[in-house]
This record gives sequence, structure tokens and C-alpha cells, in this order.
Amino acid sequence: MENKLYVSMSPHIHSGDSISRKMWDVIIALIPALLVSLYFFGLGSLLVTSVSIASCVLFEYLIGRFLLKQESSIRDGSAILTGLLLAFNLPSNLPLWIVAIGALVAIGMAKMSFGGLGNNIFNPALVGRVFLLISFPQQMTSWPLPKALNLNYLDAATGATPLSFMKSGRLDRLPDTLDMFIGNTGGSIGEVATVALILGGLFLLIRKVISWHIPVSILLTVYIFTGILRIASPELYADPLSHMLTGGLMLGAVFMATDYVTSPMVKKGQVIYGVGIGIITVCIRVFGSYPEGVSFAILMMNGVTPLINAYCKPKRFGEVK
Amino acid sequence: MRTFSMGGIHPPENKISAGKAIEQMPLPAQVTILLNQHLGAPALPLVQRGDRVKTGQLIAKAAGYVSANIHSSVTGKVLKLDEVYDPGGYRRQAVIIEVEPDEWVEDLVLSSTLKRECTLSPEDIIQKIQDGGVVGMGGASFPTHVKLSPPPGSKPEVLIVNAVECEPYLSSDHQLMLEKGMEIIVGTKIMMMALKVQRAVIAIENNKPDAIGLLERLAIPYSQIEVMPLAVHYPQGGEKQLIDAVLGRHVPSGALPVVTGAVVLNVGSVFATYEAVQKNKPVIDRVVCVTGKSVKKPGNYLCRIGISIQELIDFAGGMPDSVAKVISGGPMMGKALINTQVPVSKGTSGILLMDSKEALRKKVYNCIRCGNCIEACPMGLEPYLLMNLSELSDWENMEKECIMDCIECGCCSYVCPSNRPLLDHLRVGKFKVGAIIRGRKNQ
Repeated sequence: MENKLYVSMSPHIHSGDSISRKMWDVIIALIPALLVSLYFFGLGSLLVTSVSIASCVLFEYLIGRFLLKQESSIRDGSAILTGLLLAFNLPSNLPLWIVAIGALVAIGMAKMSFGGLGNNIFNPALVGRVFLLISFPQQMTSWPLPKALNLNYLDAATGATPLSFMKSGRLDRLPDTLDMFIGNTGGSIGEVATVALILGGLFLLIRKVISWHIPVSILLTVYIFTGILRIASPELYADPLSHMLTGGLMLGAVFMATDYVTSPMVKKGQVIYGVGIGIITVCIRVFGSYPEGVSFAILMMNGVTPLINAYCKPKRFGEVK
Repeated sequence: MRTFSMGGIHPPENKISAGKAIEQMPLPAQVTILLNQHLGAPALPLVQRGDRVKTGQLIAKAAGYVSANIHSSVTGKVLKLDEVYDPGGYRRQAVIIEVEPDEWVEDLVLSSTLKRECTLSPEDIIQKIQDGGVVGMGGASFPTHVKLSPPPGSKPEVLIVNAVECEPYLSSDHQLMLEKGMEIIVGTKIMMMALKVQRAVIAIENNKPDAIGLLERLAIPYSQIEVMPLAVHYPQGGEKQLIDAVLGRHVPSGALPVVTGAVVLNVGSVFATYEAVQKNKPVIDRVVCVTGKSVKKPGNYLCRIGISIQELIDFAGGMPDSVAKVISGGPMMGKALINTQVPVSKGTSGILLMDSKEALRKKVYNCIRCGNCIEACPMGLEPYLLMNLSELSDWENMEKECIMDCIECGCCSYVCPSNRPLLDHLRVGKFKVGAIIRGRKNQ
């Protein structure tokens, strides 16, 4: 009997929380937006999403097995999530070989080369997306128009997105607010369905996977910043609500910026990070050469995150001033 | 419902042994009485091999002020003084006594009739508590007479009786309150006299509504004693957390809790104080709960100090085959025992038997920087950072990041989704930094 007892330091119980539980919660939260995109972008959405997820998982497996020679990490669900988020940031008519390149960059360059989940500085899906945007600018900026149960893939009809109307100053061509809300506009696969993304965000809040600090500070900053611009010059700048409902803002604020690994850990730091993302996003959208700036804004603030972590400390109990 | 303001968790309560009436254990054949059942210097033995001792007789004397007297819990012959394993896994001095039928020391009052009146002066009360070897019965075992004698310059205003029993599974304090409620109220009154305070709060978590109701009723004639229900929230039994919950005051980092005007004492110590002052009975027995999901007869057992934990387990129906870990104390802060021959000491509040499935730690993954540990830390620390610094042996920065404030509650390790052993590394750092600070002071 004597030799059969396990001895370890306290605590002797664990909450049962795990990385895979958190990852699967996020994946579940993304499903409503995926369904909306399947409806509006049809076959293309299905193909791009499937290939993106499959190649992310495959690359993670191959790199872990043959290059890093470590135990496979694909079961934690993070590669599936990266694949899903990468697809959400791509147009639905993107050739599949380009999708695979994006997955290789996301998993190989942004994640595994740093040492896998937890060690990466930048959001893998966004690194993959920005790499493709710079490398394949033409394919990455032609967005199919929404059409119920679209069975066309590479030959889907394309057109301008709300953001390009904003950029070119044709504010009168902006779609109906309701259409932008439900996702009936042109754009990347997962970014159009604002209402579905909000639903997913609420689910994550209830499950305590994310806290409100990052999404709310990003959205509020964008709202206030674009609101000031709108008041200053209504004929030049779009109204704040349209800014909130277009492009990758909601997807970025709720799902990309809240990535644990690349966002600050203390609430105060998360607010600074969110405000930074909001300001950079609006600057790029309004003053930059790209119509959309959420990806760049998040990646830039990812880079600042270690600094924010070093300076933003939680309030200590019984702090002596 | 009041609770403390920062961090904390709510693990499954699993109060399996709650509500089971206190059962008296039969006398064992042999007891092993440790000489360091308290925080501070081990007591100095007064007996030798072959001596005959009576129940309640002083067998080891406190070695200095922060130390406590040890009394024989049985009558019998001293077999030997030897080193045995204590609950922490260290070899410690102990007196081993062969047990004969009880023969009590003369002035000890055996009748259980309630004695309300106490006309002693504060100094006499504290002296009796010190003589009786009363220590914190919640686990940390800090000598009670030291707590009742605050350093000059500090002015205690309120006595907080810690009856929250926030650890999952444990139930001995709960049952003690249900069966010895009036003694606890009188004990509280005596401690108020010793401290010269006009107010006492008995803090109980609201998962014990029967104890709250009973003590509220019993306290009616005592207008200065208030029973305060608190929300169930771990680690509310921590001294700093409890003062925060009850008074809303934060003990400054590095200061003694008494600067907030509060003195916190465990409910078990209050009962022991009643016995020591009113019945001249030193700490020779205590209620220990034996609990766990596969324990056959979980319950609260009144046993003599020094009985082996194996005997307690046998009394509770024997060791189930599925058990893989035996813990002295609760699952959050208790100590895993290396064997079951370890004796019960004054601070043993419960024995938790854990099945193999729960007992094993899970595979550790990379930190994903989710911040759960920061959210859960009741002291506002950053456990993930402290663990990294500890792995790098960066003691200097650990000190800057307030490692000495860590109360070792285990909330960080409990919530980590990557199963990282945060508290293990924090303990290493706290130990090293503590040694460095002491070294600096001694220069």
C-alpha cells in the first residue's frame, strides 16, 4: 500500500478547462457566420473554407511530425480554428492553390516557426491573409456579389464592396443598413454577416472564453473616430454605423483581436490594445491606400502586445503606494 | 451577499461528509505526538523513554514565544522519542506513547455542562490559551496566544471568527458549529475579552444555512456578536480575503492583518479556547472529517491527537481500492501524504481520499496567455509571469512582481487550461525570494 500513493503539491483538483474546450467554443461561435456565408456565397465559400481548414491541419501535422519531431498538436483544435479564420478573411472565389499557400504561411511561418501554439507573436490567420493580400493583390480584392445559394465558384459575378464605395467617396452607393447587418453585401467569406458574428460573440462572452474589453474598445473607438470625421465633413466620410457594419471590423474585433496568444493579458492593457486597433483601422480606411485596415491594425497591435503586457499590471491586493 | 473583491474561484463543493454527526473514535493502541504541530519553533520535550504520562499532561514545552505547548492526548508509557514523517513529508521529532485506559490530569473538567461565565482578566485568558497549546486549527496552525497579543501600537477593533470552511469537501468546522454552537459563542466572547474588542463577526459561507441559523439564534443574547453569511467563494478563508469580505478593508502588502483593526481566528480555535479556558482542557483531540467520493463511511470523527491517519481511514470503512492519493486538508491547499502512518496533528482538519482518475495531473501544454490565472488570483498577481521568471531563476524580478504576496491558494493552477503547474513554480520563487529578503535583513 505504502508505495502506491501519488504525492504532489496542492492544488489537487483542476477546473477541467482545456485549450481544446476554448478552441472548440470559438469554432462553434463561428458557425452562424459560416452558415450565412454558405447561403450568400454558396459553393465558393464551401470550397475555400474546407481547403483552408484541411491544409492548416495537414501543415500543422506535417511540420510537427517531420520538422519539429514532437507529439502531434492537431487535437487541440487550434489548427482547425486558424483554418476557419483564414477562410473567413478570403474572398469566396479565390483559387484553391492560393488558399493552400495562405494556410502554409499561417501555420508554417506565423505559428510553428515560433514554437507552436502559445509562442507566436502575430495572429497566424491574419499573417496568412496579409501575405496573400500582398502577393496576390488582384485575386484577393475581387469579391463575389452575394447571391442566394450561389453555385458558381471561380466564375462568380464580382463587384465593388461597401468599403470600396467608401474609399472612392461614392457614399450614395452604400448598400442598405439592413443588408449590411445580415450579410447581403460583397466581401470576404466570414466578414459580411454582422448579426451572426455578434451572436457568436455573445456566445463567447457567456462561455467566458472572451471578455468584453477588446471588442467593445475597438468598436467604440471606431465609432467615435468615424463619428468625429462624419460631423466634420458629412459628404466626404461615411457614417459611423456603416463603418461598424462593413469590412472585417466585426470579425476582427470579436474573433481575431481576441486571440489569447497575441492579445494583452490584463484588462487595462486590453483596452489600450483595442483603442489602438480602432485608431489604426480608421486611419488606414480613411487616409491609407487600402480600403480595409483591420488586419494590419490587429497585426501592428499584436507587435505591441509584449510591451503592453510589460507595463500594464493588474491592481495588486493591498498595494502600497 | 458579501465576499472578497478580487479573483477567486468556485470549485464543486462536494461536501460529502457534511451533516454527519460527530462520532467519537475509540482509543488507539499507540499515539505519535509530533513536536511541531504549530508554526514556529518545535516544542522541547519534557518526557523521556519509559516515563508514564497522564491524559492532558504537558509533555513538550513551547520553545520561545512563537511556539506552542504539546500535551499528551492519552495515558500511557512513553515508548520512545523518534523522528517520523509529518503531513508535509519531513522527518520530525515526535513522542510515541503506548496507550492505556484514560487517567486524566487533576484540574481538567470532564463534564460537558456549558460554562458561560468567565471572570478572568485578559492576561489570564491569554495565559490559559498559551498553557493549553491552542493554535490555529484551520491548517496553518499559528499559535493563538500570539494572535491575541497584537504588537504594541496596533489597536484591534473587531474579532473575526473564520467559519467559512471554503475548501471543498471539508466539513469538520461545519459539524462542530452544529454540535458545539453555544461553546463557540462563549469562546468568541472570551476571545473578545482577551482582545479587549467590542465587536465580533462570525463569518460563515452560505452553503451552511443550518449553522448560520443556529449561531444567529444562539448569539441573540450577545449583542456584540454578529453572524455574517458570505457567498461561497474560494479562498475566502484566507485571512486577507476574509478581512476584505467582512470589513471591506485591504491588508497592505507586507503588513500584519491587525493594521486593519481585525484579528482573525479559526472557529476550531475558538472552540479549543473555550475548552482551555473554561474546562482547563488543553488541545488533545479534534474533529477530523474523513471524506472522498469512494469513502465507505464519510463522516466527522472526534479523535485524539497523534492517532495515525490509517486508523481514521479504517474507522471510516477502510481504504477503498480506487484511492490513489491521501490528502491531509482540503483539495486546494491540503498536503498529499507519502504514507498513511502520518499522525493527526492539531492542524489536521480533514482527510481526503482521492481516486486515481482525479489524483493524476494532466499533460502540460504551452501557456496560451489566456489570462485566466490573472483573473483568478485573489492577490492581483500575474502567475504566468511569475512562473516564467521562476523557471529563469530570476529572483530579483520575482520580488518586484510581488511574489511574497502569494498566499499559495492554488487558484492559478486550478483554472489553467494548459494544466501548467503554476503554483509549484511560484512556491519555489517565494521560498528563494524569502531567503534572499531574510539574508538582506540580517546583514
